[in-house]
Amino acid sequence: MKLSFTSMAGLLFAALSSNAQADPLTVYAPDYFASEWGPGPAIKAAFEAKCDCDLNFVTGDVLPRLLLEGKRTKADVVIGLNTDVTHRARETGIFANHGLNTDNLTMPIEWNDPDFIPFNWSYFAFIYDNQKIKNVPQNFEDLIAMDDIKIVIQDPRSSVTGLGLLLWIKSIYGDGAEQVWQRLSPKILTVTQGWTESYGMFTDGEADMVLSFTTSPAYHLIAEDDDTKSAAIFDEGHYFMAELAGKVASTDQPELASAFMEFVLSEEFQSLIPEGNWSYPAKLEAQKLPEKFNLLGTPQKTLLYSPEEVQQIRKEAVSEWLSALSQ
Amino acid sequence: MRRYSFKHSSILGAAAAALILFMTIGTLGAVIYRADGLTGISAQDWHVIRFTLTQAFLSALCSILFAIPLARALARRAFFGRSLLISLLGAPFILPVIVAVLGIIGVFGNNGIIAKSLNIPTSIFGFHGIIVAHVFFNLPLATRLILQGWQAIPSESFRLAASLNADCRKVLERPMLRAVLPNAFLVIFLICLSSFAIALTLGGGPKSTTIELSIYQAFRFDFDLSKASLLGIIQVIICAMTVLVLLKITKPQEPTTGLDRPVEMWEKPHPVLDVLWIVSAFIFLAAPIAVIISDGIPQILNLHSSLWPAAIRSIWIALLSAFMSLFLSLCLATWIVSLKTKGKWIEFIGALPLATSQLVIGTGLFIIIFPFIAPYELALPITATVNAIATIPFCLRSLVPAIRDAEETFGKLSDQLGLSGYARYKILIAPRIKRPMGFCIGLSTALSMGDLGVIALFAQPGGGTLPMAVYSLMSAYKMEEAASGALLLILLSFVLFWIFDQWGRKNAHS
Repeated sequence: MKLSFTSMAGLLFAALSSNAQADPLTVYAPDYFASEWGPGPAIKAAFEAKCDCDLNFVTGDVLPRLLLEGKRTKADVVIGLNTDVTHRARETGIFANHGLNTDNLTMPIEWNDPDFIPFNWSYFAFIYDNQKIKNVPQNFEDLIAMDDIKIVIQDPRSSVTGLGLLLWIKSIYGDGAEQVWQRLSPKILTVTQGWTESYGMFTDGEADMVLSFTTSPAYHLIAEDDDTKSAAIFDEGHYFMAELAGKVASTDQPELASAFMEFVLSEEFQSLIPEGNWSYPAKLEAQKLPEKFNLLGTPQKTLLYSPEEVQQIRKEAVSEWLSALSQ
Repeated sequence: MRRYSFKHSSILGAAAAALILFMTIGTLGAVIYRADGLTGISAQDWHVIRFTLTQAFLSALCSILFAIPLARALARRAFFGRSLLISLLGAPFILPVIVAVLGIIGVFGNNGIIAKSLNIPTSIFGFHGIIVAHVFFNLPLATRLILQGWQAIPSESFRLAASLNADCRKVLERPMLRAVLPNAFLVIFLICLSSFAIALTLGGGPKSTTIELSIYQAFRFDFDLSKASLLGIIQVIICAMTVLVLLKITKPQEPTTGLDRPVEMWEKPHPVLDVLWIVSAFIFLAAPIAVIISDGIPQILNLHSSLWPAAIRSIWIALLSAFMSLFLSLCLATWIVSLKTKGKWIEFIGALPLATSQLVIGTGLFIIIFPFIAPYELALPITATVNAIATIPFCLRSLVPAIRDAEETFGKLSDQLGLSGYARYKILIAPRIKRPMGFCIGLSTALSMGDLGVIALFAQPGGGTLPMAVYSLMSAYKMEEAASGALLLILLSFVLFWIFDQWGRKNAHS
C-alpha cells in the first residue's frame, strides 16, 4: 500500500509541476477533434509555430463542461460546438463577439452569427455500401418503402447526429414527422447512444445503412482507397450542420484568443480540415479540396433551422420520436 | 479480548467507509447542491425506472440460473486447462462495453457467425439482446462467486456426508447456495441496474432506456442537473432497498471447521451434463471474444505508436486502483467481520458504489474540485480512486466470507494465543484469503483497465487511457486500428487478471 500512496503523491507532483509553464492558450475541444487521429495535433503545431505560444487542448463534452464551469471557465477559446446547440451555448453569456468578417465563407448558407464562427460543415446523410444496395433511395419515402433494409441511427437525446436526423425529418415533414418516424421504425435495426457505435455496426456489416454525413465516404476514398461507401442523396434536401468556434469573453489572453479565431478561418487551418475532420472546410475554395472530395454526392437543397427554432422545436420533436419508436 | 484485537481495523474500516460515502453520496450531494432544486418525475421517467428494474431483475436471474450448474461442474471436475478456463471466466467482465457489444453482435447479429454458418436469420436486437449481453458480462462473475461457495465447503464435510450416506445436495450444497446466491444475485442485479449503453444499443430503441442512460442524457444534452440528481437519488434508493431486503434474507454460510485444505473431488454423478455445461458456457463466452480477437489481429503489428503510452497509463491506473481497492476492502472486511451482525450496515455502505452512477460521481467530483484546481491535473489519481471505489463491492463479496470463515474457525484459538493487530492479520487471515485476494486484485485491475467511465471528464489529449484511445480511433473512422487496440486491451487486462488470480490460487493454503 505504501507504494501506491507514494506513487499517487508522485503523480500529483508531476501533474502540478507540468502546469508551471507560462500561460498557454486553453482551447476546449471534443475528443475526436483533439485526439491523435483528429485535426487537433496539426492545428496545435501550426498555431504554435505562428504565435510563439503554447496551445493546450482540454477535451471532453464541450457544452456540458462549459455549463458546469459557467463564468469561471478556464477556456480561452471553445471549438467544436455545432449549429444545433448554439442557443444554449450563447445563453451561458460567456462568449464574446468574434468581430471577424464572415462574408466570404464557402458554405451553402449565409453566416451572420456575431458570437460563433464556423470552421467546417457537412450534411447529415445515410451511408450505404454501393456494392450491396443498387436501388438507392432518393428520399425518405423510398427508404421507408425499401424491403429488407436495416438502418442504424443515433439517439437524439445523446448525440449530435441523432438530433440532426430528428431536425432533418421535422424540417421536411413538420407535423407529419411523427408519422414518418412510425413508418420508418420497422427499418431501424437499433438506436445507439453515439455515432461511433452505429458506424462500427455499419462497417461490420450488421446494418445496411448508417446515419452519418455526406462527407463520410471521403475517409474511405482517401484513407482506405475504398470507393464502395456512398451517401444516399435525397431530393427533399439534407439537413446542414456546421461546427463552430467561439472566443470566451473572460479570457485572460484576449489577443491570443482573437489571433486563434482568425487562424481558424485562415487557409492554413482550413486546409487541415478535409482530411483531419473529414468534412468541408468553412472557408476554402473548391479547387483546394483534395481531389477525391469531388466524388462525394452533394445535396441540391440545404435544410437548417435557426438556433432559436431548434430550441423551440427540440423538446416536442424528441417526444414525438420517443412515442413513435416506443410502440 | 476480541474487541481489543480489532481496534485498528475499526479505525481503518471507518475511514474506508467514510471515503465510500463521500464518493457516492457526497458527490451526488454536490450535484444536487449545484442543481438548485429537484424537478418532478415524468411519465417517461417512470417508464425508464420500470424498464431498468425489469431488465436488471431478469438479467440477474438468468445469470444466476446458468451459473449454478456451471459452478457445480467446475467445482467437481478436474480436467486439463481447468484453471485457465476459470481465469478466462474473468475476460467478458473486463471488456470495454462498446467492444464487447460489437463482439456479441458479431456472433449473434444478422451478419454474425451463427446467422452465417447456420444460414438462418437471427436478430440480437430486442429485449432478449439485453439479457444475452448481461448474461455474457455477468455469468462469469456469478460463477466465480458461487464457485467460491463450493470451495468453502471443506472436503472433510463431503467425505463425512458420503460415509454417512447423506444427500450432499441437501445437507451441504443447498445451505451453501442459500447463503451464496442472494449475494451473487444482488451484485449482478445492481450491476445491471446501472447498465448504460448495452440496453439502448441491443434493446433496439428508446423504449430500452435505463436510468443511467437518462442521467447521461440529462447531463449531456439538456444539462438538466435537477433531473440528473433526481434520477441519481432514485438509483441510490433502489440500491438501498435491494440491499436491505437482501440483508434481511441472507444467512451467512455456516462455517464448518475442517482441516483447512482445498476441496477434493467427491462422487461425480452425471459427467455428461457437467461436460455439456462447461463446453456450452465456454462457447457462449469465448465466441464474442474470438470475434474481437480475429478483428484485431490484422492490424496488431501496425499498432499506432501512441497506443503504447495510453496502454502504460492504463496499466498504471489499474494497478494503483487495484491496490487501493484491496487495501480499502481489507479494512472494511475485517471491520465488518469484527462487528458481527452489525457489520451488515457496513456491508450496506460497501455495496453503494454498485448502484451509483459513474457520471454522477464524475460530475460531483468535478463540481467539488473545479473551484480549487483544474480537474485534468488530477485526472490519474481521481480515475484510480473512482475505479478503486467502484470495485470495492466485488472485493467485499469475496473477502468478507473468507475472513469470516477464518475468524469463526480459528478466531478463538488466535484470541487465546493473544494474536492481534497486524500479526493476527498476517498469521491468521492473510494465508486463508489469498485466493479471494488474488481474485480481487485481478478483477479490480482488469475492471479498471477496461473502464472509460470517469476519466473522460478529466483527461486531456495525450493523457487518456487505452479504452479512450480505442474510442477515439473509432470516432476517427479507424475501425480496424480500433479493433487492434481493443485486442491489446483484452490481452493486457487478461494477463494482469491472470497473474494476480494465479498468484492467489497458487499461494492459497501454502
